Amino acid sequence: MVSAGIIKTEWVKEKLKKYGIVVVLFLMIVGLTLAEPNFIRRTNIFNILTQASIFGIMALGLTFVIISKGIDLSVGSILAFAGVVAASLAQSPLATNKYYPNLGELPLLIPILVALLIGLSCGAVSGFFIAKTKIPAFIATLGMMTIARGFALIYTNGRPISNLESMTVIGGRVFGVIPIPILVYAGAIVLSWILLNNTKFGKNVYAIGGNATAAEVSGVDVDKNLIMIYAYSGLMAGLAAVVFAGRVGSVHPGAAQMYELTAIAATTIGGTSHSGGIGTIWGAFVGALVLAVMRNGFTLLGIDAYWQQVTEGAIIIVAVIIDMRKNARKD
Amino acid sequence: MSAESNLLEVIGVVKKFPGVLALNNVSLEVAPGEIHALMGENGAGKSTLVKCIAGIQAPTSGRIVFKGEDITEFTPKKALDRGISMIHQELSPVVHRSIMENIWLGREPLNRFGLVDHKAMYRKTQEVLAEIDLQEDPRTLMENLSVAKMQMIEIAKAVSYDAKLIIMDEPTSALTDKEIQQLFRIVRALRDKGKSIIYISHKLEEIYEITDRVTVYRDGTYIGTERTLDLPVQKMINMMVGRDVDELFPKTPCPIGEVKLEVRNLSHARFFRDVSFTARRGEILGIAGLVGAGRTELIQTIFGIYKKASGTILIDGKEVEISSPKDAIKANMALLTEDRRTSGIFPMLSVRFNMTIASMGQFMNRVKLLSGQKIARKSEEYRKSIHVKTPNLEQKIMFLSGGNQQKVLVARWLMTQPDILFLDEPTRGIDVGTKAEIHRLISELAGQGKTIIMVSSELPEVMGMSDRILVMCKGVATGIVENTPDLTQDTLMAYATNTMNQETA
Repeated sequence: MVSAGIIKTEWVKEKLKKYGIVVVLFLMIVGLTLAEPNFIRRTNIFNILTQASIFGIMALGLTFVIISKGIDLSVGSILAFAGVVAASLAQSPLATNKYYPNLGELPLLIPILVALLIGLSCGAVSGFFIAKTKIPAFIATLGMMTIARGFALIYTNGRPISNLESMTVIGGRVFGVIPIPILVYAGAIVLSWILLNNTKFGKNVYAIGGNATAAEVSGVDVDKNLIMIYAYSGLMAGLAAVVFAGRVGSVHPGAAQMYELTAIAATTIGGTSHSGGIGTIWGAFVGALVLAVMRNGFTLLGIDAYWQQVTEGAIIIVAVIIDMRKNARKD
Repeated sequence: MSAESNLLEVIGVVKKFPGVLALNNVSLEVAPGEIHALMGENGAGKSTLVKCIAGIQAPTSGRIVFKGEDITEFTPKKALDRGISMIHQELSPVVHRSIMENIWLGREPLNRFGLVDHKAMYRKTQEVLAEIDLQEDPRTLMENLSVAKMQMIEIAKAVSYDAKLIIMDEPTSALTDKEIQQLFRIVRALRDKGKSIIYISHKLEEIYEITDRVTVYRDGTYIGTERTLDLPVQKMINMMVGRDVDELFPKTPCPIGEVKLEVRNLSHARFFRDVSFTARRGEILGIAGLVGAGRTELIQTIFGIYKKASGTILIDGKEVEISSPKDAIKANMALLTEDRRTSGIFPMLSVRFNMTIASMGQFMNRVKLLSGQKIARKSEEYRKSIHVKTPNLEQKIMFLSGGNQQKVLVARWLMTQPDILFLDEPTRGIDVGTKAEIHRLISELAGQGKTIIMVSSELPEVMGMSDRILVMCKGVATGIVENTPDLTQDTLMAYATNTMNQETA
């Protein structure tokens, strides 16, 4: 009896350690549903997922970066830069203040590809400097954060670009039901998951974060992979820019400030370790949901938005404390 | 020996970790002014016990009595205050700061304003260094010291705490023979001043050279305590392993084939110059020399980690260009590095990941994605064939013993199906039983026609395993000798110190 009890508590402890953040998410959902039944309605759930999609997509790219023991502060600025350029190519012919007055209507694919390409390139540049000059990722991406923001401002002369008729399709729904941002997010999750778990590149990401010297000796081309990691993070920021433009219908060069920190928070809450070598795509998704559910809940319950920030900060710290205990050495 | 006369007594100590009984009712008695060896294979519980004594961990039950007093509070600070100091296996000095700041870290002498009194610190450091006969300026930065010197600073620190008991965990693993002798001189001097030393080492010669008594543990249990001089080597090994390890170096003769690897006039800008040698299929070529002779750098340059300054490398008679480990692996080479921790394992990743990371190309399915099934099958196969002791392949490798970690790394490289294997100190810090297993494996691989190049600082290992031995001294290959039965350690040492002519003259 007693021993069975002990085994059971041990088992529960073990599972709690492993899935702690999912339990937290579940409790949040149950609590919010009890407090406000509207919370669990389909429209609200879609709302949460749509809200999570932009920083959630960035968190996917950051998962690769953080597993490799790096950091990327530039994704918010990259979103703005990629976003304004894409927006300038997606304005409706009748828009006032057209960026390219004589530009006809381009196929939607063109602004999308341009956004992705800009994201990818900015990320690859950061990655190049990190790999080749060995400057810390914090510094390289801090630089890129300022540079990309600067380019966004230069490109637009500080003004927003609006009337994006063709792009707002992306902010719409499939069959009038499922919001497209959610589908894009889902697609990005699947892609990132396969990339991280089922390709050599993914294994190399873990190896570099786990022990870069050992990775090099084991035949991993560390420099090339670092460039690819930051390029992927940039690519995800470009994809987030597409969703952003589609949802908002206009892009301001000052858009998405501090989004990088939300994305880093989501990744971190989801259990990706800043000491490198540890992390999952699944975790980045759950982390993004925790933040989105919390924000949504605060709004539903009418709690002061400023308290949201305080709570968000506390959650990040607590999540990391839990995680470090989970990953701590037993001796 | 009566209880009162012992400095330290460990009585029936038990230490449990989740799922593991690390220490099962062990004892230990250390007299004042003795050097006491703690022996056992990896995982025997030596490190756990000394961590308890040094207050880094608390025992689950049992008593630790120091100077006749029961220790009840287990913190490193308390242990230091009592007079117990531990010199750790891996040193962790604050490298950018000076010797004196490192010694007095956390207890800096203060002046009457409550500010750090650097003059007093300097003077006190000089006193402490004089006590262990070390001539260094207290203001020298730690980063400018050799590993050996850093170790001695650690000892100086222990002395500065007025330690009665100093614990040394594998203190010589990074030292040259000369530095070891210097260390031993200090250790003996400390003993003669009445201090006690607990000495942990895998090197049997050292145990016989320096210790007074030996206590052996096995699998967390106490096996026995003997006077070192009264304990024959075979018996000590038997106590540690629990069976007779009759053959430490089971090199089986095998046919040696054509030349596989040829190195011509290879030079590195700093580490070595003009080294040439050949290695054949089925041959084990040993590389001997003192620390700093350039052996590790030589094989790392061949493997593409360091950039060569000049020279050529030929495989099967064809010149190859190797500028990164990736190129080397493509040329069917493998390198087991000297330092498992810094350049070998991925500590927080699974045994499976650690085994398969160098061979990912083999596990693609039809659509060029990695197949978890293929990875699982292959790693299970190697776990069995190399006898890796692990509860499962998902286990993080950092929880395995050193010997088992080494086996995982061997598996990593065998999986790449190399023709040429470079092994750098393949059995350093590994217990006797596993050592024999690794030696047998190396010998088998040679038997399969692989070319093995093995760097080792242990002359018995080099002489027991190799067909030929390349000896280096200060970056120069001073000789390549056939390993005939009449080859002596003295001859090899003469090459290693470049004093062959004096010997014959």
